[in-house]
Parts: sequence; C-alpha cells; structure tokens
Amino acid sequence: MADVLVCVKRVPDFSGEVLLSDDAQSADARYVGHTLSNHDLCAVETAVQLAAATGGSATVLTVGSADAVEQLRTALGVGCAAAVLVEADPVTLGPADVAREVAAVVADHEASRGASYDLVLLGNDAADSGDFQVGIRLARLLDRPVVTGVQTVTLDGDRATLVSDVAEGRETYRVPTPAVVTVLEGGVEPRYPTITGRMKAKKIPVEERALSAEPVGSGRVRLRVPAPQSSTSTLLGEGPEAAPAVVDLLQQLGVAR
Amino acid sequence: MATVPSTANVVVIGAGIVGNSLVHHLTRLGWKDVVQLDKGALPNPGGSTGHASNFIFPVDHSREITDLTMDSVRQYQEMGVFTQSGGFEVARTEERMEELRRRMSSAKAWGIDSELVTPAQVVEKVPFLDPDQIIGAFWTPTVGVVDSLRAGTIMREQALATGELTVVAGAEVEDLVVEDGEHGRRIRSVVTDQGTIEASYVVIAAGVWSPKLGDMAGVRIALTPAVHQMISVGPCPQLAETDGEISFPIIRDMDTFCYERQHGADMEVGSYAHRPILHEPEEIPSIEQARLSPTEMPFTEDDFDQQLEEALELMPELLGAEGAEIRYAINGLLSLTADGNPILGESEVKGLWVSAAVWIKEGPGVGRAVAEWMTHGHSEIDLHHSDIARFHPHETTREHVRARTSEAFNKTYGIVHPGEQWGSDREVRYSPMADSQKALGAVFHETVGWERPFWYDSNADLLETYGDRVMPREHEWDSRWWSPIINAEHLAMREHAGVVDLTAFSIFDITGPGALASVQRTCVAQCDVAVGKVVYTPVLDAKGGFLSDLTVMRLGEDRFRVVTGGAHGMADRKHFTDRLVDGAELADVTEEVSTIGIWGPKAREVLASLSSDDLSDGGFGFLTSREIDVKGVDAPVLASRISYVGDLGWELYVPFSAAASLWDALLTAGREHGVRPVGIGVYGTTGRLEKGYRAFGAELDAERTIVETGMQRPKVKAADFLGREAYLAQREAAPAAVLCTLTVDDHTSASGVKRYMLGGEPILTTDGQLLTDGHGHHSYVTSAGSAPSLGKHVLLAFLPPEEATIGNRLAVSYMEELYPVTVGSVDATPLLDPDNERLR
Repeated sequence: MADVLVCVKRVPDFSGEVLLSDDAQSADARYVGHTLSNHDLCAVETAVQLAAATGGSATVLTVGSADAVEQLRTALGVGCAAAVLVEADPVTLGPADVAREVAAVVADHEASRGASYDLVLLGNDAADSGDFQVGIRLARLLDRPVVTGVQTVTLDGDRATLVSDVAEGRETYRVPTPAVVTVLEGGVEPRYPTITGRMKAKKIPVEERALSAEPVGSGRVRLRVPAPQSSTSTLLGEGPEAAPAVVDLLQQLGVAR
Repeated sequence: MATVPSTANVVVIGAGIVGNSLVHHLTRLGWKDVVQLDKGALPNPGGSTGHASNFIFPVDHSREITDLTMDSVRQYQEMGVFTQSGGFEVARTEERMEELRRRMSSAKAWGIDSELVTPAQVVEKVPFLDPDQIIGAFWTPTVGVVDSLRAGTIMREQALATGELTVVAGAEVEDLVVEDGEHGRRIRSVVTDQGTIEASYVVIAAGVWSPKLGDMAGVRIALTPAVHQMISVGPCPQLAETDGEISFPIIRDMDTFCYERQHGADMEVGSYAHRPILHEPEEIPSIEQARLSPTEMPFTEDDFDQQLEEALELMPELLGAEGAEIRYAINGLLSLTADGNPILGESEVKGLWVSAAVWIKEGPGVGRAVAEWMTHGHSEIDLHHSDIARFHPHETTREHVRARTSEAFNKTYGIVHPGEQWGSDREVRYSPMADSQKALGAVFHETVGWERPFWYDSNADLLETYGDRVMPREHEWDSRWWSPIINAEHLAMREHAGVVDLTAFSIFDITGPGALASVQRTCVAQCDVAVGKVVYTPVLDAKGGFLSDLTVMRLGEDRFRVVTGGAHGMADRKHFTDRLVDGAELADVTEEVSTIGIWGPKAREVLASLSSDDLSDGGFGFLTSREIDVKGVDAPVLASRISYVGDLGWELYVPFSAAASLWDALLTAGREHGVRPVGIGVYGTTGRLEKGYRAFGAELDAERTIVETGMQRPKVKAADFLGREAYLAQREAAPAAVLCTLTVDDHTSASGVKRYMLGGEPILTTDGQLLTDGHGHHSYVTSAGSAPSLGKHVLLAFLPPEEATIGNRLAVSYMEELYPVTVGSVDATPLLDPDNERLR
C-alpha cells in the first residue's frame, strides 16, 4: 500500500505562442489559459496508477495562487484522493521556497498521519520558469534519495524501480523508499477526467495552508522568449501521388505500422 | 496560392460558412472578378465555423430564421453534407411542455413536420436517456448534422470553377478605405498585409472579427463574440458500436439549456446555461497566439460543473460509462446580437456590405439571400429582421450589445413570451412628457430604446366602468405583459377620446428642389399633391414586396415630411436616403419633433377648446395637415388629420421643448369630456385591429404584396416608383393569398379555461387540416388582439383565396387545442365601422 504525494504547478498552456507579462517575471496566459504541463500530468497519472495498484492513495499538492485549485481539481478528477494548496503569489517564489514548503507539508502530514509518503513525485521541470531544482532541493531537505527524468515507476515493497528511455538507451534505477522522483513525460498516458470523476473532485475539500516562511525568491532578473527556431518544411508531394511518401513518414514517426 | 490582386469588383472578407456561401452565390448570379480573403489557412481558417457543433433544428418561432434555415438545409443536402438524425427537445417541467405545445404552432405555421411524444417514445430512439427525468418531448424527424467545413470547401470550389473567384488565404485586412461622396461615404479599397485592393463592393463576412473590420470603415457592427461551452465525452461504448458520425437523434435538454449530440464514439455536451462570457473582438488571440484556434478559447471548468451533473442525470449510463472521458473541452466563440438576429445588408457606407452573426444553420441560406440582395436589390426571403439598417445609434454601442446579449444568452433555450420586455439597458429614450406619464402610473414597454406607456395604472378605475367588456384573460401566459386596462382605455377612447404619446415615431424631412422626385420614386402613392395633403403609402422593393408603409405630408412645394414607426425607422431612413436625387436632402428630426395623438368622438371638441383654428370637417379635412395654435403651447403645432385607431382626431407634431405643455393642455381640457391618456396597447393593437389596419413586420413584409393585403387603390400613379412594374403585374393576376380578418367564436379550452391567442398560431380547417396558399405557405396569425368594441378577439391571417370568404368557418390551433374562428373580412374593410363614419 503506497501513499504518494504528487506536486504540480499551474502554468500557462504553451501549445500556443508564449507571451510574457509586462514585467517579464512570468508568462501570460491570457489567450491560452492555464493547465498542468505534460510532465506534471504524467506525474499525476503515475501517482494514481501506483495508488490503485497498491491499494494506497495519491495526494496532490501545489504551491501557488488560489486559482491553482483548478489544477488540483484536475488531479482530483483523475483519481487523486486529497489535495493541498499552499497559497502564495508564485512570482515571489523561487525553487528553494517551493522545496521548503513541500518539505513542510511532508513533515506535517507525517506527524498527523503517523506515516510518511512513500514517494513524492514532481514534474521534471516547470513549464514556465524552467528551474529544474525543486525535486533535488526537496530530496536534500527530506534526506531522501532522488532520481530525475524518470518515465515509469514501479514499487515492490520498500523499493522503487525507476526507468527512463534516454538517447543512449534505457536507464534503470532501484532506490529504497521513501524517495523523491521527478517525472518526464512519455512513460505513461495521462487519462482525461470522467464526468463522475470531475463531479467527485468538486466535493473533495482542499487543505489550504499559508507559507511556512518568508520567501527568499528566485533571484530572477527577467524572462526572455527565445527567438523562434527556424523550421524547414518539406513538401511530400501533391495529390494522390504523395500518398506513399506520407505513409513512409507516418511509419518513420511510429504513428502507423 | 494566389496573391492579393490590385483590383476587384467585390472583395469578400472571410472564408467561414458565410463567406464561402457568398462567393458561391455571387458567382452563380453572374458576379465577375470576386476576391475572397481570409487571414487564416483553408479549409479551416480558425473562426467559429471550425468548431461548430454543426447540428440543425429547423423550428424557430421566427419565420425569417426558419426560412433561412430550411433553405440552408436544402443546400447542405444538395452538397451531400447533411445527415438526418432527428432530434428531440425534451421537457423536464410542465411549463416547458406548454412551450413545446407553442413550438408545435410554429412548426405547423412554417410547415415543418414535428410532433409531441412521450418519454417512452424518446427512449425507443435514444435508449440511454433516462425517461424518469422528462415528461415529454418535441420530435422533429428532419433535424440533422452537417459538415460545414466541407460545405464551405465545396461552395468555394464551385465559385473557383466559374473562373471569377480569386482566393487569398493568409492575407490579413489592415484597413478599409472609405471616400466621401455627394450622398454619403463609399467603400474604395481594402488594405491587406500583402497589398491593397481597389474594390467597388466589399462584404464583411468575418464572424466574430466583423466589428473590428467594421470599425476600420467607421461602421458599427453590433455583435459580440460570446462563449458557448462544449465538451466531448468518450469513447462511450453505446456509441462506439455505431457506424458513421451520428446514429442517434440529437437531444436538446431544454430546461437545463444543454444539448447532447453524438459525434462518432463521443457525446458532445454543449451549454447555454453558463454565465454569459463575452469577449471584445480585439481580445481574440491571433492564430499564432491561440492554443487550438483563435475561437477555441481555454475551457473554464467551473462554469460547466452544473451542466455536467444535469447531463449525467439525463444519460447516466452513457456519460458515466467506464472509460468515457472528457477528451475535448472548449469555450467556443460565436457571435451574438442584441436581438438574436443576424446582421445583413449594405451599411451606411455605400458598397460596404455586412453578413455577420450567422450560425451554421442559416449560413448557406444567408449567403444566397445576401447575394440576391446585392444583385437585385431584394432577396426571395424577407430579411428585414436581419437588416443592418435596423439599428438605432444607441443599439450599435458595445455597451448596449453587451447588456442585451448578457441578458439574452441564457434565453437561447429559454421560454420567451412574445411580449417579453428587456430588463437591461432600459430608460434610454423618454418622450418629453415622461414625468407626467410616470405620475399617471404608466407601464412602460420599450421600442428601439423609447420607453412607451403601454397602459396607465391611473386608468384602473375604468375596469369598473366597463366590467366584462374589458375581456379579462384568466390564463397567466395570455395575460403576461398585458393588462385589461388596455381594453378599458380603448373603450374610453371610443366613448370619449384618448391622448396617445407617439414620440417614438421616426420622422425625416426631405427638402430641396429634388424633394418631390425623391419621394415620388420611393412611394407607391401619388405624392405630387397639394401642399397640406397627407398621403398614406406603401414603399416597395423591385419585386413588389413591402419595404414599409408610412405617411408622407407635403409641407411645402419642396418640403415633405415622412413619418414612420420607430421600430423600422432606421431602415426606412435608408430606403429614402438611397433614393434621394440630386438637389434633395434628408434630415432626421426624430429627436426634435414629438408627436401626440388625440382620437375619439370628443377629440374635435377638446382640441377646438384650445385653438382658434377651424377644426371642422369642412375646415380641416381628413388626410390634410397644417399648423395650428394651441392655447398654452409656446410653439406652432403641426396638426395632421389621420387615424390609425379608426376615430376622429389628429396627430400633433410639436418641438420637444413644447411637447409636455401640449400633452398637459390636452389632458386638462379633455378631463371634463372623459378624455384619458391611452397607451400603445390601444394604438398598436386594439384600435388598429378593430379597423383591420395592417402593420409592417406583422402583416406587411417583403414577401407580401399590396394586392394580397387588400390595399390596392383604383389607380396607379403614372410617375415611376420602385416596384411599379411588379405591382402592375400583381394587379393583373389573381392573388396567391388573401389577408383576412377573423374572429374567435369560442375561447373555452378543454380544461374550461378561456384562452386568448397572441399571434403566430396556425389557422386550420375545423378538423385540423393545414391550409396552404398559392405560395405554398401555411396560414398563420400575423396579429392577434382584443377588439373590445366588438367584444371579440380578432386575428389577422393570410388565407388561401378559396378560403377567403366572409362567414367561412375555420379553426385556430393554440397550445395544441383547436378553437373555432370565422372569417369576418376578406380585404381591408374594417369589422368596426366599415363606412368609416367615426372618422368624420
């Protein structure tokens, strides 16, 4: 029976063009809305699957604005059983602040529940600020092992097997639990919420907390949108004659066999 | 892909369902050198067409919208992109069932096959619907879905095949250049990011972006982008087993303002129940900025939670099925207008046309109608409810549009009473005597911003005077937005006299050496009359259909005053403006001149007590006008002896500044004669109907002729006027329909409650069979109301000529019950005072 804490972040949906706020301290979601990044969605899916497989439970946590409840509900809608919001203005926070707050929740919950989370999962990196730090800082604060960039997680007693496919091949780690894992998209297929799941999610109370300490901030000067990468397009052909080339390409991409 | 040419005859901006339909119909009608632009890529440039749910329910209470929809369905069918699924509008409440019965009236009137069915009948076709949630449904077998993107492509390709169309995708319009001419502004060119096109005609068919484009030319296109939320749930096992896009009828869950429409293995749930979410056109993301497309905005989940619950209630096994997930969810942008109708026609900038705020169900029909209008000056389907010229200035402001669309959004599936009043953006225009009217307990209804007293609570004492003659209505629906005081005021007017505020009239003065010619070519009636004469006249389009009916006063050799109803005032102003000849000018004096009417047997006595002028029949004949002095009024009063209520009296035109004093003088002098202020309920309905007077928008529209309405005069003037040729031909032919006045013989319903029709109901044979006129249209009630002097409820309706005989017994269907009626008049002969003795 595994209890998993999965940490997520409310971020703009970057499948459209990236816009910055006027002060260049954050991304602007005016046109695109907010979402969970693919890494976060995979972390949630992994947490839900582990909980289901072991008869445990998944708890979702975020540190962010009150609006981030929307993202907590998304996670609750696909199977998380409890949610925690540490309310703060995300612009004022740096990775050290977020790691400290997550660690505080882990400690508090351990005290109140009498048992610690077997795994703390996080998305590999934040889609907006891209710090890549919280997981490692959290592991240090909790004095637990950490593996980053993991795509699949399996649990066997008090050991976790962590696998990721990288350019050079497949990496497999075995670590003792409790542990911290950051999840990279690609290992699991995140589910969409069902109507009943969404309705259930609406009824679960969210534990609301304030920051445990003054934020130290990120030290960020400003964000900058990189110049768009130039892309080239190849015309595969026109009309029915193009069909074989399209089939080849789809096979190459693994979309068709 | 083509590049932007430097010239074109016509540029159509937009490649959604409307723009594509337009280029097809324009080239089909012989237009040359057509250019179509869109800033997006084809076939889905990113507008509302691209994410539409694409289903069509043909029945609407509006004949115009229904006809456009039926024509669109026909076109979609011809293109092979229509799949008939059938559709249910289900009722969860008795109130809704009554609305569905009313919907049956519209279905019969517009000739659409529909029926009311039981929950069990719904479940026969939709087994996954929980019958315990509903009490009945309205079934329309001809409901279906279309592939609107494919239809657009087919129509665009048909236009391309003529060799007259150039399509440029990816070109964004940056400006519309307008030049000043003698009779106003005219479009000159379209500036795009890829070059400028000089063009004689430009059509804005750009959906939610249209206001932004209109602003470039100084034309306000009064629509707002608004969110319609939709989710797609699947795969649902019950749907996955079926072939094709749709195998089950579409459900409209009317009481929750939601629909459920199968799309392959998914069920789409859409809603008009959430809070109104409006956007400004400038806030719509660009194609690059957008996550999906510019009009698929991020879904706001919280707004949809209630609908999820209600949809699950209706289809628990389907939407709650294992594995059925919410796979797609958008806040889709569509266009809303304040009155719910499209915005079509030529703007005040010559050559700049608009075709916007059109939904998928009307798209191809609108394309055809607007193309016809551009080609011939008129369309087969009457479009006056959609005419861009209908808007008064305050109605084109973004504030007005936001207020009214916010109010209307949740009424998309609502139960809207035909007399229903708006709650928002009221008290915009008051007549100068509003203070007095408020003191008199006026109950105000709104017409184009004007607050008009419909009746006065201070006249409640008349209810006792007239007792049952006020024809009280016991059913709440029949008496909503109505009062028996209207009928009491009516009887008081007929017995003594009534004073009516008619400030909402639109009034324009046409002056100059070209004034006579301008008026003559516009009006059917002879306007080359002696100074002082008043002329009542139809205005026709080239095919001989009504554009308007109004009065023209000759105030001088080169000076005419046109007086028309406020509701159609702006369109009428355009009709006259468009036909001004050189040397003629039109001045709109609506906001300067107030009108007060006084009618009734005591009208002459009361007015004479205030004036030294000769008001006798010999001294001030019927259909004449002249200035008189009125005691206590510090301005000349232009008196015109006409009547729309069938009693002796005058319309009195007076500057706004003096109107309140005239009003007070008439009421004060009239008091001892039993004269009362009476509301528009009398003027617009009871007084009018007793006299069989026709109203534009009810009996008269562009699909009706002078002959059919029984309004032909013995002679036709020699001077040319628009529609003359068609009118002459109509006079030679037997009419295809005849406007008749009918009275209801028995109001008693099955439950024993007496019911009173409100308009729009089908006229049937006594055994309930449809009547069909020579146009193939079915007979329906164009106007309904009390005739208190006759003690009858009166209905006007166009009947097939063979049914148009006095004494013919027919039936009217109201809420699915038949009531016997008798034809009382088969031409314009009034039921009350047929010899018009009361007018003398």
